[in-house]
Amino acid sequence: MVGLLSDSTAGSVGMHAARVIADTGRVIADTANAVAAHGGDASNGNWIIEHVSNSRTLNFLPFGEIHLPVFPPFHIGGLTLDMSITKHVVMLWAVAILVFIVMKIVARGYRKSLIPGKFASAVEMVILFIRDDVVIPAMGERGRKYLPYFLTLFFFILFSNFFELVPYASTPSGNISVTASLAIIAFLVVQISGIRQYGLFGYFKGLVPPNIPLFAIPIIAIVEILGLFTKPFALCVRLFANLVAGDIAIYSFIGLIFVFGTVLVAPLAIGFALFIEILEVLVSFIQAYIFTILTALFVGMAIHQEH
Amino acid sequence: MLVQLDPGVIIWTALTFGLLLFVLRKTAWKPILKALDTREESIRQSIERAEEAKKESEKILEENRKNLARAEERAQHLIKEARELAEKVRNESVGRANAEANKVLERAREEIERDKQQAISQLHGLVAELAVKAAEKILDEAIDESKQKKLVDNFLNSLRKN
Repeated sequence: MVGLLSDSTAGSVGMHAARVIADTGRVIADTANAVAAHGGDASNGNWIIEHVSNSRTLNFLPFGEIHLPVFPPFHIGGLTLDMSITKHVVMLWAVAILVFIVMKIVARGYRKSLIPGKFASAVEMVILFIRDDVVIPAMGERGRKYLPYFLTLFFFILFSNFFELVPYASTPSGNISVTASLAIIAFLVVQISGIRQYGLFGYFKGLVPPNIPLFAIPIIAIVEILGLFTKPFALCVRLFANLVAGDIAIYSFIGLIFVFGTVLVAPLAIGFALFIEILEVLVSFIQAYIFTILTALFVGMAIHQEH
Repeated sequence: MLVQLDPGVIIWTALTFGLLLFVLRKTAWKPILKALDTREESIRQSIERAEEAKKESEKILEENRKNLARAEERAQHLIKEARELAEKVRNESVGRANAEANKVLERAREEIERDKQQAISQLHGLVAELAVKAAEKILDEAIDESKQKKLVDNFLNSLRKN
């Protein structure tokens, strides 16, 4: 399969396609390898699932691969905890370090003067957007206290989404455990901010709107309490599904070349894959924005319980 | 496989995110947000100051305009006064000169009159004397000089009356 690919690159596809192939080279190399690993049969999608899933190796084809350390699982009560470092954990750390470096550079830009450089200004625009158009409209002036959380959340998700487009990297946002973790944190932030605002009893009492008939109260209460859990669940699934869908779409278009077994589909397949990749840049921003603004709205609803 | 929750990854994510939040809050968000607030505050103050300065300058401009108008008025007044003064001085000097000339003229006239009177009275005497001498010569016999004189005077008086 790899041989077929390199023959075709030099052959009939032409200069333009060659450039596009160079752009998406890592996808093709990975795909070819994955397909080869499954006995050359690309028509079942297992190789795609395998590629977007978590794994215990960092794949740097053709330079080789790194096997990540495996820890023996912990047993806490009836739970089995496997704290092994996996591919997505490494990517999470990479995201965190990248966000830290970027924000450190931005923060240093303000040390000399209040008017920062070009790079810091660009990031500042996003920070101001989160502050003035997301957090404060959703939560009012009290939102300023929560700004560090929302800014970290937004940039963490954004950079994590961008990792989908980085060669050899893999997006942690495409792992449902990662998005679930972020949603659990969001859930805790919402509940704790609400309880801190109204007290434990006052907060849960405030969930049921006043002035409703007595017989409806149990039903409403159940619906409202269910709503507390469905909101972060939706956050979790939305982010995960969007990111993993983009990834799968790209791999599917590339996989078409191998399904048809002819290089003639390559220009079309790679063109579509490239289109999806560019679309994913937009999706990265939108999903980070949605996760952040919805969390801000939920916190805003929790601390302003007037119905 | 794809939608299976892995508690290990959940905990790693929470730890990573928590640590990132903790570190960024201290090292990045606090200075950045503070710088933004400071800048916004300074912009607000600058605008306020500019507004104040504008008001102040407008006031000064208005005052200047008033001062200018006042100075203009004063200048006009001074010019008018000076002109009046000059006019007065000129009139006065012309008047004085006229008076002087008149006085000189008068004096000259008086002198002439006096000289004329003197000449006339001298002429009276001379004429009387000549007349007497002429009469003496004619009569050849002298009358008493005083009688003659009286005679001539009478004659002259009669002349004058006529």
